[in-house]
Amino acid sequence: MTESRQHALQDRIPTLRIRDLSIEFARRRGDALKVVDRVSIDIWPREIVGIIGESGSGKTLTSLATLRMLPKRAVIAKGTMHLGETSLHDRSEREMRALRGDRIALIPQDAMQSLNPTMRIGRQVGEPLELHSGYSVSSALEAAGKLLGSVHIREPEKRVLEYPHQYSGGMQQRAMIAMGLALNPQLIIADEPTTALDVTVQAQVLKLLREIRDQKGASILFITHDLGVVAELCDWVYVMRNGEIVEDGAVRQIFTAPRAEYTRMLLDATPSIHTTPAVAR
Amino acid sequence: MISLTDVGKTFGHTRLFGASTEFAAVTDVSLSVARGKTLGIVGESGSGKSTLLRIILGLIPPTSGSIVIDGQDIVNLRRRDEKAFRRKVQPIFQNPASSFNPRQSIGAILKAPLEVHGIGTRQSRRDRVSEMLERVGLPAEYAARHPHQLSGGQKQRVAIARAVILKPAVVLADEPTSALDVSVQAQVLDLFRETREAMGLTSIFVSHNLAVIRQVSDTVAVMRLGRIVEMGSVDAIFANPQHDYTRALIDAVPDPAAIMAQA
Repeated sequence: MTESRQHALQDRIPTLRIRDLSIEFARRRGDALKVVDRVSIDIWPREIVGIIGESGSGKTLTSLATLRMLPKRAVIAKGTMHLGETSLHDRSEREMRALRGDRIALIPQDAMQSLNPTMRIGRQVGEPLELHSGYSVSSALEAAGKLLGSVHIREPEKRVLEYPHQYSGGMQQRAMIAMGLALNPQLIIADEPTTALDVTVQAQVLKLLREIRDQKGASILFITHDLGVVAELCDWVYVMRNGEIVEDGAVRQIFTAPRAEYTRMLLDATPSIHTTPAVAR
Repeated sequence: MISLTDVGKTFGHTRLFGASTEFAAVTDVSLSVARGKTLGIVGESGSGKSTLLRIILGLIPPTSGSIVIDGQDIVNLRRRDEKAFRRKVQPIFQNPASSFNPRQSIGAILKAPLEVHGIGTRQSRRDRVSEMLERVGLPAEYAARHPHQLSGGQKQRVAIARAVILKPAVVLADEPTSALDVSVQAQVLDLFRETREAMGLTSIFVSHNLAVIRQVSDTVAVMRLGRIVEMGSVDAIFANPQHDYTRALIDAVPDPAAIMAQA
C-alpha cells in the first residue's frame, strides 16, 4: 500500500497485532456496556502508529487492554492480542508483569502524577533495571544517569539525585520516557504524553520520540486527540469513534483523502494557525 | 473601550526571619481594545496571561498601572460603583464544572445574576433564562437540569449564557474551550463569535492555543514571562511575526495543513 506498510506483504510478524478486540463494562443492571467494539490494529516494527479519537472513543481503553491494565469493571469480551509471537490476551497477571516494562512500556499523560514525589528521579528511572534485570542500586543509578542523558536532560549525573518537584513539566515527561526506555522495549505505548505540555516543549518531546524510533528501533503506539500531533509524528493512523475504528490509513492519505465522514468532520473542526474563519467564510 | 497602561503585578512573600522574595507575574503591560473588537492573549504556562485577565476582571488588584474600562478607572473603584462594573464586565472560565454550583439547577445558575442585580420580576427572569438557553442552542427545558447532567460542551454553552444574560459590554474569557473535544470546541467557538456579534461585545480571549486565538481575535498580544513581547493585528502576527519568540511559538505548533500542502 504505502512504504510504511510493505512489511505486510513480506509475511513478517507485526510488533503488535490486535484482532477483533471488544471491551465491555459490567453494569449492575441490564446488559454489559460495550465500549470497544471489534477493533483490529497492526503495528509493524519501527512504525509510529497513532490512534486518534475524541473523549469516550475507546482509544485509551484499547491501549490499556494491550497492557492488560484495564480498570476493574472492564473486561476483554472478545478478541486476541499478540506482541510478536507472544499472546497477551491469555497471560496470567504474573506473566504480564514480566512483560510490562521489559517488552512493552507505557508513557502516561501526566508525568507528575506518575512519578513518586518522595523518591529521587534516578532511583525511579533505574527501578525497572533493579526489578527486571537484577541490577544493584548503584549500577541502576549509574544506568539511570545514562538514560536521562539519552533523553537530553543536562548534567544527568547530578540530576539523578533530584526529586520530581525540582524538574519542569517537560523534564518530568522526559524522565518518564527514560524510565520506559530502560529495558529497551519493542513497543512503547504513549497515551497523550504531550497534552499537558506547552507547545515548544511538546515539539521537543515529539522529536525525542522520533529519535527513539530511529535509534533504538522501537515501535510506538501514540494515543492522542490532536490531529496536528498525528500529522507531525505518525506513519499510520487509526481513527476511533464510539469504540469503533472508522478508518485507518497512511497519515498523508488520512489528511488529504479521508474516506470516513467522521474524519472529514474532525479535520474541519480542527482550527488551523494558517487560516482565519473570517476569510474562509 | 478597554485600556491598560503600564500594568504590573508583583507577588511577594516574606520568609521566616525576614528575607523577602518577589515575583513579577505581570510587568509593564499596556494595551487597548476598541469597542466591539476581540483581543487574543496567547502565551505558554507561566506567561502571566491568566493573572492579567484576573487583574482586568478586578479579582486581583494590580501593583502598578491603570486600567480604564468604558471610561471608568477600575483600579480605584468605589464600593458603590463596583456592582455596576460587575454588571458590565463578565467572565467565562476554563472549567465550567467547577464554576457552577453542582446542587443548583441550570435555571437557578442563570437566574442568579439577574437576582443579584435586582433585574426584572420572577416571571420575566424565567422568560429571560429560556430565551438565553435558546440563544446558546439548548432547549428551554434544560433549565430544570443540573450541571452533572450536561456534557462539557453544553456546560460551556451555559457559561456563555450566564456571562451575557446581564447584557454586559465586555466579556473576558480564560481558555474557555481547552477542556473540550475539537468538534465541540468548534461549536463553542462559533457560538462565542455569534454571541459577540449579536450583542456587540468587546472581549479579551486568553488561550495557550495559537490556532484558537487565530480563529477568534482581531488583534493578538503574545505574552512571555509577564510581558507582552509582540502585539498586532491577527494577520500581521501570524503572517509576519517580528519577535523571535512569536516565531518559535508558531513554528512549534504541529499543523495538519502542512502535511496536506505537501501532497
